[in-house]
Amino acid sequence: MAAEKVRGVVMGLNGDEAVAWAVKQCNVDVVAAYPITPQTIIVERFSEFVANGEVNTEFVPVESEHSALSACVGAAAAGARAFTATASQGLALMWEILYIASGLRLPIVMAVVNRALSAPINIHCDHSDTMGARDSGWIQLYVEDSQEAYDTVIQAFRIAEHPDVLLPVMVNLDGFFLSHTLQDVRILPDEVVKKFVGTREPTKVKVPYLNNKEVPLVLDGETPITLGPLDLQDYYFEHKMPQIIAMENAKKVIKEVNEEYAKISGRKYGNGLIVPYGLEDADVAIVLLGSAAGTVRYVARKLRENGYKVGVLRIRAFRPFPIEDIVEKLRNVKVVCVMDRSVSFGAHGGPLFMEIRSAFYDMPERPIILNYIYGLGGRDLPPSTIKDIFMELLDIAKTGQARQLIKYVGVRE
Amino acid sequence: MSELKGWRELPIGTLPLKFSTEFKTGDWRTFRPVINQEKCVKCLLCWVYCPEMSIVWDGTKVSVNYDFCKGCGICAHECPVKAISMVPER
Repeated sequence: MAAEKVRGVVMGLNGDEAVAWAVKQCNVDVVAAYPITPQTIIVERFSEFVANGEVNTEFVPVESEHSALSACVGAAAAGARAFTATASQGLALMWEILYIASGLRLPIVMAVVNRALSAPINIHCDHSDTMGARDSGWIQLYVEDSQEAYDTVIQAFRIAEHPDVLLPVMVNLDGFFLSHTLQDVRILPDEVVKKFVGTREPTKVKVPYLNNKEVPLVLDGETPITLGPLDLQDYYFEHKMPQIIAMENAKKVIKEVNEEYAKISGRKYGNGLIVPYGLEDADVAIVLLGSAAGTVRYVARKLRENGYKVGVLRIRAFRPFPIEDIVEKLRNVKVVCVMDRSVSFGAHGGPLFMEIRSAFYDMPERPIILNYIYGLGGRDLPPSTIKDIFMELLDIAKTGQARQLIKYVGVRE
Repeated sequence: MSELKGWRELPIGTLPLKFSTEFKTGDWRTFRPVINQEKCVKCLLCWVYCPEMSIVWDGTKVSVNYDFCKGCGICAHECPVKAISMVPER
């Protein structure tokens, strides 16, 4: 990337602060949020920006996450650009509204600071909160570091509001690993971000009962419309199809926005959907989401320096699931280890594993695909463990034999 | 029922195809309110209390819009002169 394109000032920020800064620069009309560890700093910082008059945002300090997302639904339906943030139990409390936001096609952006779900209570990172919401119709982008958290929130508004998409976006960052860890984050000039995100232009729709008059798809007294009333057996299915298509369209839009953002910032994240490392010649690869990818890439680099053909594939977009890109990158790998930071109880492996394994079903030749579940409740994944996993995978590649399909890494027996 | 539309023909964002007034929702009543015009004193308390806006006041007399009345009986209960009786639907 050309150095002259890298712009902005470097600030020492943690992941939550990076998100708050992105929201500050995105000209957001309404922020409704409720504090929950480890997301609290986002709300704290942003409320400071509001109190200092640095933003014109209407900040709604609601009484629960259910209300937070409900307020965002109302605001977005009225044409506003809306943002909220939550974690873990807070996301769980938003559940029914998640489906309403996506069903109504409201381009809300939400930062989710990944945290394990109770019980027992745990405030540290795993992906069980957002994995539970994977079928809710939200786009899900998982970031690796605080810089990417900042960049992705800015991109998220462009993705969400794209006329071919119009879906809410979750930007997922790992609790504590990112949310509470200081990092150099490059903050773009306000006007650059403002120009990049623009203002929200509501989509126009032809309303059948207004003689097909074209009106903005927002709640407006001048051209009153109803959003999301009752569908029975007759139309519910038809109203779900455009959501399915929009999610498919999002793949292209995420890629485009990633490219376009590179032009203003000098930074891009793979092709927007996946971030590969060393896969050109890798015999074995680890596939995963989130902050642990940084550590895995570090170990992979060390091993590659010593001649081991190992690679890493970080999945940035889990929804929409970039099946074509994943198959393309992993088809020549001999052993793939999918590392899930969540459990789908009773399922045959973690959520990421199930999707990737299924993606390869139609391939005439496919890698051995294993599932290692790690890091629940914030359990660390140290480089030594990653190295052991890589060596084990290389061994399996040599023999063609894996003894165990699903493994739990780092749990005491 | 008119021809059902395919999903490609629908406007985006769960917009209804018709005004809500075109969906007649009063067809599952068990009891219908019948107004005795001789007794009615035109106080319009029924109009105030009706949760479905099914009481119609045309300036001279009170009537019921049976397209939307669900037969809840609140009007009959509230009528101070007992001018409304609830009659079983056949």
